[in-house]
Amino acid sequence: MRIDLTPRANRSALMDALSPVLAFLAALVVGGFVVAALGRSPAAAFVTYFVAPLSEVWSLQEVALKAAPLALIATGLAFCFRANVWNIGAEGQFVMGGLFGGWIGVATHGATGNTAWVLPLMLVVGTLAGLLYALIPALLKVRLGVSEILTSLMLVYVAELLLDYMARGPLRDPAGFNFPQSVAFDEAARLPYLMEGDTLHAGVAIALAVLVLASLVLARTLFGFTVRVVGASPRAARFAGFSDARLTLAVFAVSGAAAGLAGISEVAGRIGQLQPSISPGYGFTAIIVAFLGRLSPVGILVAALVIALTTIGGEGAQIDLKLPLDLTRAFQGLLLALVLGADALSRYRVRLVPGVAA
Amino acid sequence: MSLDILQMVLVTVIAAATPLMIAALGELVAERAGVLNLGVEGMMVLGAATGFAVAVETGSTLVGAAAGAGAGLALSALFGLLTVVLSANQVASGLAMTILGLGLSGLVGASYVGLKREPAPHLALPGLSDLPGIGRLLFGQDAFVYLAFALAAGVWWFLLRTRSGLVLRAIGDDHTATHALGLQVRKVRFLAVLFGGACAGLAGAYLSLSYTPFWAPAMTAGRGWIALALVVFASWRPFRVLAGAMLFGGATVLQLNAQAAGIGLPGQLLSALPYLATILALVLLSLGRRQGGSLAPASLGRVFTPHR
Repeated sequence: MRIDLTPRANRSALMDALSPVLAFLAALVVGGFVVAALGRSPAAAFVTYFVAPLSEVWSLQEVALKAAPLALIATGLAFCFRANVWNIGAEGQFVMGGLFGGWIGVATHGATGNTAWVLPLMLVVGTLAGLLYALIPALLKVRLGVSEILTSLMLVYVAELLLDYMARGPLRDPAGFNFPQSVAFDEAARLPYLMEGDTLHAGVAIALAVLVLASLVLARTLFGFTVRVVGASPRAARFAGFSDARLTLAVFAVSGAAAGLAGISEVAGRIGQLQPSISPGYGFTAIIVAFLGRLSPVGILVAALVIALTTIGGEGAQIDLKLPLDLTRAFQGLLLALVLGADALSRYRVRLVPGVAA
Repeated sequence: MSLDILQMVLVTVIAAATPLMIAALGELVAERAGVLNLGVEGMMVLGAATGFAVAVETGSTLVGAAAGAGAGLALSALFGLLTVVLSANQVASGLAMTILGLGLSGLVGASYVGLKREPAPHLALPGLSDLPGIGRLLFGQDAFVYLAFALAAGVWWFLLRTRSGLVLRAIGDDHTATHALGLQVRKVRFLAVLFGGACAGLAGAYLSLSYTPFWAPAMTAGRGWIALALVVFASWRPFRVLAGAMLFGGATVLQLNAQAAGIGLPGQLLSALPYLATILALVLLSLGRRQGGSLAPASLGRVFTPHR
């Protein structure tokens, strides 16, 4: 038997939009079987994962809080992936943003007088830290031809270990009974809440603003055009005289800055201090979000909400149904695999030719 | 006496290098065929969990090791389906496999956390294994270690001394031309991917059955990624993988010993050394060959869609 792939001459927009939805449904079916194999009711699991988090105000806010960093990082990564540049170290850039931005929060602890500059400075420093950290693999790639995939990933481990060291060592709260964490930030170093009495902080608004900005840049600027052309046709881009090196540096800078901003938003928002670990893997999950959202800002927003929903639902399932958290991760991995497969089905017409050697 | 200490060091270096060798040799074959599999880490960790679980249930290290390789193979079949059959993006598909593998390994291994097994038995030849200075090194390793070295020789022989190996390399260098010649590009690539997946699973099984020997979530700790880097570092040559794995194994042992000895450096810095060493090795390598272009298989990572 042979499997033939013929490129579809005219891809329908409907199919393009539907393929991630179909992939999601397929992942749900497989997930249901796994849940049944683990001896739980798939129906109950579905309710816990996808319905329960949407039924209460506090859990809706949790979904938004989880979706914000995912959407922010994934938007940055979309620039990279569209340009065929593979930054898979966003987790490390997130951590560096949180660490260096948070450092300002620790250093200004107890400062008196006018402290209105503290929070903006933290956000700027965090963003720059992520940006600079992302430029390491970008420069190694451009100058020396070292694979950015491997270096950006290796730097994740390095960043995590650096944060661990700083939070347990130099930046630890001296009056904190040896707990491995920094002082709690002052009010001036925290992102304000959007509404009185809620958990939603300004980081969510920042993420939304960046998303809007990114879609404008992608659709309306020369830089956005360059990224799109390189993604669609690298040969055409070279003929047009677009510089590969400059583009690699630029998209790494954009994605690093976005991840760094997400990192400091998490630290100055939800966490409020430095801890040995500040991310449940946002930087890696964001890769799934980017592809699930088909590398477009609007799609990414939807995908981030869906993935955040499964994460919150997964926490609920762990408590209510004693389903392991790894189930959520496996589901997300499977979802990405199915999205990529469905994408192929929307790009090619697949025909099985029986009786012929492959 | 000092010879015995040297032997001790070498034995631990080889133990740390073995999983890297096995996984990297498998990935080397896949990359020589033109497929970049970034799912090595996921296949490795799934192999570690499955291998340990099956070994506990059956009481057999051998069956466990085979199950570990089988788990890696199964995950790589999914990867092959996506990338080779459906022409999906290799980088993204590989990442999906790593995430999926990490999640699945947690599910498989959940009820085996904290259990311990006897490590895989070491070779014991009367007389030979007790030779001072070299006995344990040459005649006292476990089967995984001998297998890793045999694998290097086997991969070298296959790739560079057989017709099938030549076909595989040709496909990795130019899939369009080889397809035009009537060679079965996708079949060869799929088989190469399966081989790489089985090797990654086996390398994981070595970790949980011999190296530690227990199962802990995410116990591969980036070794799959280091194996990927090793393939680049070794310029896609089997025996250089052995040398590179020894170097990285050495760095790991050095780091562990330095932590145990409690020298003044923070533990986190020492833990970061293998990752920093990987980056440094890649940088030095590319500095060393500024002229002459890339040594990578020319079609590595590129999507191939046959059209008649």
